[in-house]
Amino acid sequence: MSAPQQAPQADGQSVLETRNLCVRYGKVEALRATSIRLQAGQIVTVIGPNGAGKSSLLNAIMGLLPSNGTSEGQVLYLGHDVAHHNIEHRLGKGLALVPEKRELFTTMTVEDNLVLGAYRRRKSGWSYRDGLEGIYKIFPRLKERRKQLAGTMSGGERQMVAIGRALMSDPKVLMLDEPSLGLAPRVMAEVFHVISHLRESGVATLLIEQNSRAALQVSDYGYVLEVGDVTLEGKASDLAKNPKVIEAYLGKHA
Amino acid sequence: MKSNTTKKLQWAFFAWFLIFPVLPVPNYWITIGNYIGLYSIVALGLVLLTGIGGLTSFGQAAFVGLGAYTTAYMSTALGWSPWLGLFAGLVVSGVAAALIGSITVRLSGHFLPLATIAWGLSLYYLFGTLEFLGKYDGLSGIPSLSVFGQDLSSPRVMYVVIWLSLGGCLWALLNLLNSRPGRAIRALAKGKTMPEAMGINTATYKILIFALAALMASLSGWLYAHLQRSVSATPFGLHMGIEYLFMAVVGGVGHVWGAILGATMMTGLKSQLQDWLPLILGSSGNFEIVVFGVLIVLILLFARDGLWPMVAGVWANFHPPQPAVVAPEIAPEGFGDMPRRTKPSVGSLILEVSEARKQFGGLVAVKDMTFEIRAGEVVGLIGPNGAGKSTMFNLVSGVLPASSGEIHFCGKRIDQLDSRHIVKMGIGRSFQHVHLIPHLSVLENVAMGAHLRGHSSPLSAALRWDRHEEAQLLFLAAEQIRRVGLGEYMHTAAGSLALGQQRILEIARALCTDPTLLLLDEPAAGLRLKEKEALADLIRQLKAEGMSVLLVEHDMDFVMGLTDRLVVMEFGSKIAEGLPAEIQKNETVLAAYLGGIE
Amino acid sequence: MDMGVFAVLAQDGITNGAVYALLAMALVLVFSVTRVIFLPQGEFIGYGALTVAALQSGQYPRLVSLLMAVGALTFCVELGTALYNKRYKPVPKLHLMWSAIENLAYPALIWVLARSIGWQDMPMAAQIAFALAMTIPLGIMIYRVAFQPMAEASVLVLLIVAVGVHFAMLGLGLFIFGPEGSTTRSFTEWSTEIGAMLVSGQSLVVIAVSLVMIGALYVFFDRSLYGKALRATAVNRKGAQLVGIGTSQAGRMAFGLAAGLGSLAGVLIAPLNTVGYDTGFVVALKGFVAAIVGGLASYPLAAAGAALVGLLESYSSFWASAYKEVIVFTLIIPVLAWRSLTSGHGDEE
Repeated sequence: MSAPQQAPQADGQSVLETRNLCVRYGKVEALRATSIRLQAGQIVTVIGPNGAGKSSLLNAIMGLLPSNGTSEGQVLYLGHDVAHHNIEHRLGKGLALVPEKRELFTTMTVEDNLVLGAYRRRKSGWSYRDGLEGIYKIFPRLKERRKQLAGTMSGGERQMVAIGRALMSDPKVLMLDEPSLGLAPRVMAEVFHVISHLRESGVATLLIEQNSRAALQVSDYGYVLEVGDVTLEGKASDLAKNPKVIEAYLGKHA
Repeated sequence: MKSNTTKKLQWAFFAWFLIFPVLPVPNYWITIGNYIGLYSIVALGLVLLTGIGGLTSFGQAAFVGLGAYTTAYMSTALGWSPWLGLFAGLVVSGVAAALIGSITVRLSGHFLPLATIAWGLSLYYLFGTLEFLGKYDGLSGIPSLSVFGQDLSSPRVMYVVIWLSLGGCLWALLNLLNSRPGRAIRALAKGKTMPEAMGINTATYKILIFALAALMASLSGWLYAHLQRSVSATPFGLHMGIEYLFMAVVGGVGHVWGAILGATMMTGLKSQLQDWLPLILGSSGNFEIVVFGVLIVLILLFARDGLWPMVAGVWANFHPPQPAVVAPEIAPEGFGDMPRRTKPSVGSLILEVSEARKQFGGLVAVKDMTFEIRAGEVVGLIGPNGAGKSTMFNLVSGVLPASSGEIHFCGKRIDQLDSRHIVKMGIGRSFQHVHLIPHLSVLENVAMGAHLRGHSSPLSAALRWDRHEEAQLLFLAAEQIRRVGLGEYMHTAAGSLALGQQRILEIARALCTDPTLLLLDEPAAGLRLKEKEALADLIRQLKAEGMSVLLVEHDMDFVMGLTDRLVVMEFGSKIAEGLPAEIQKNETVLAAYLGGIE
Repeated sequence: MDMGVFAVLAQDGITNGAVYALLAMALVLVFSVTRVIFLPQGEFIGYGALTVAALQSGQYPRLVSLLMAVGALTFCVELGTALYNKRYKPVPKLHLMWSAIENLAYPALIWVLARSIGWQDMPMAAQIAFALAMTIPLGIMIYRVAFQPMAEASVLVLLIVAVGVHFAMLGLGLFIFGPEGSTTRSFTEWSTEIGAMLVSGQSLVVIAVSLVMIGALYVFFDRSLYGKALRATAVNRKGAQLVGIGTSQAGRMAFGLAAGLGSLAGVLIAPLNTVGYDTGFVVALKGFVAAIVGGLASYPLAAAGAALVGLLESYSSFWASAYKEVIVFTLIIPVLAWRSLTSGHGDEE
């Protein structure tokens, strides 16, 4: 297990890389030989239509495919293949996922939700207090509401709890599945603000977003995933200008 | 109706069982066959109740007992004819089931199975305690059945009676499931909101299937009493109740034919185990129950949906299945005379929301909202997340009652009505998270919306008296499917459509209710651009046909080009209203909603 | 009826209610964490009580043999799963080693202890602890073999599997313990009189043990990280997986706890009632009635329901003893009617 605050590898080497990752549900192929790379402190966005396999990609990286799903190919984390490790192991290494549906513990308090985020984090010299303070610094609103039940919070606050819970495990790669889904643009802007802030602390973010325009704005690099294949990749700013991407995903909005 | 090879073969398979007793087979086989028939009747009821309606019961053995004890008591102590006993048994079981059903079916899923365990036990202890039922010794000396003076006491004759009864139940059940009430029953598995929004009274239908399953169990009990000629409490205990459920689940609880397969498998298995295990393992322990238990676990480990789907899957390789329900090609007679709502003239006021408020405890989710919709208008209700849009939507669609204020539709007050009554008045709706039955075809799903356009009762459906109306309803559904442009997917399983097509399917289903106003709950959420365009085109087409639409939406690009007027909510209140172009420039709205990402 | 009889019946009812409370809480726990309706609970009652009875009479507790057999089966399942998955991932050697320790070495150790120590002369607390040292791992093994492979199945399918396990355990119970029932020594001969009522120390022990267990469970769920993890799994399975609480780990904990509580309940009733291999089923069902009163979710309500069931049973056995079971199980109807009237809108699945 690597030391908590050590800066991930020198520039140019990827923290996370998938090589020919395939996902199948029974006979249905959801993801075909997908290869993506993520460098330390980078924000990378995967855009693509519904059903293109975006969520499958994140679930396969995290090791959280439903029981009828199987994956093949490599998931390299700091150069080691973790594709056969279970989710507990991957969490311990530094991968964390915020799923599309948040999956909070709705009848438990915000603080309990956050504390459970560190369930796998057992290291000497680290206390839940410190972890919680770190999260409350990022989301001051959660501190005010730490005794409130997670289920009684608004959509935006829930997203904060979900992100906070994921951060409690001290990840080096944070994966966010549709973080803006169901959020008002103002709340969404706040979430994106936090994401771009995380970059400074060395956390790499892999983002799946329906709101492609906003996602590409904060990202360094992007992939377009269509029906299980990466059809396009490039710097986020270039993708945002690509006519094909504009036509298919960004719409005609001014 | 087209009948296909698979169907014919199923019935041929069944006919073979009837020829069986004429063959020179040992009596023991006939006895096993009799029990398979008796058990199948009960398991068939469980398929309807559990597999299709989603209600689990461990208490069917108690209903078998009610049927058996009723006829036993009447034919011995009172000396009545067994045929009267059948009738009385059905009445007793039906009434008991309706009573018990009416208090349990409204509770969530897991209560019913547990409750059935408890009252199954309590009836069992009652049978064994009551003086006039002979306590634990039970009743004996029950007369055999006779028809026109012909005695039916021989097991080989009873075999025919039992299997004919089973055949009758099977026929009626298959008919029922392919009908207007049958679709309502299938919709029950999807919870409460969707069927109620189609005008289906879910509580009534749940009680109905509960009673039907009890009636089948009671019939089986009646046959049992006159086959055995004596009854005691033991075969009506909880263990038997559990075994009936086993049979249905092992056979494939969602499949009518699975009931017979399951009953055959389990009865055969048990009798084989009882014959062979003592020879192998000695008779010191009750090993057959151990092996039986282990086999159950193994079967479910490897075939979670039961055995019938495997059989059907193998068969489908030789014979691709045909669509089970087909709409008539041309309009059936009388289709033009089906009642249709007169549409209000364009521009007249149809929906009027005044000062509507919804409070949950201290939280005011909707604060004195006022807006209106005129016929032929497409109105968008937008606002940031948590603004109260969904609650407002639920007030109009009747999922929630308003705390104060009034909502009028076409001059009638609707704010306290539930969704079942609101749909009757001409408000159709779709769902943000699609609610459809994935394994049924598009046609069958859409036809659920036509529930209120027909009247056929479960009885007439079971006896096929509803075929004319059924043709009308299916033609109506097919028309709506073509209207929204899904014609080529008519017989595709709804679950295999893309999300955008499923949303459009839901609109077709809502159109079947003949609405004046269509409520769409975030229809564009999760759709890709091409799907959104197709959806927008459909809404424009409906508007051109005179439909009024209320759209709750998040996606700004989507509502801007589509709506006539926008109502903007924040924190439960209306903060702006006007033409889309005005809203786009409105300072308050921009601050609350459109503030970009800087 | 005079006050004396009334008080004796109340004492009986509360004592039984305390046992039902333990069972009800175990059922609520297992259901909320794994969605399994834990019918085999009744067999654990019999296994626990009869094992203590065997220890007290100086016989070899045959449950040890079953533990070794099920342990071997569990290890085979683990090994088989690992070998089957070899195509996808390397054989988890460390995991298999632990599994061997848990499922092969531990039962062997219990066997050695059972053979080498004269258990009939040990204090009763030690006998009970030894019995629990067999039943708790047995519960965990059963989870591993029958339920863990189908953790994603529907409530109905899990229920049927539970029934299958119930049948298997019932038949094995007959084989291991024989058809005869047994009683165990009483915990204490001490008793006292409060007013006109004779309070037996036996009842007080039962009630005290139940209260301590309930209190311990409360602290466990409210304060400890493991307890919170169990609750979290009950609330949101996928969320729990995301933070690294393995579904199977939570399931093991729940089954272990439930098996322990079930056999403890059996041990508590055994001094006063003859417990046979099949007695437990009906006792556990009364725990079910209590759990249903609590809506399968609330621990305090389940405990209140248990007291209600115990009292009702005790008074009806006085007035209408033939109808005792009928009355207890019919209680469910008014309770459900009341829940139905107060719940308003039906629950969505």
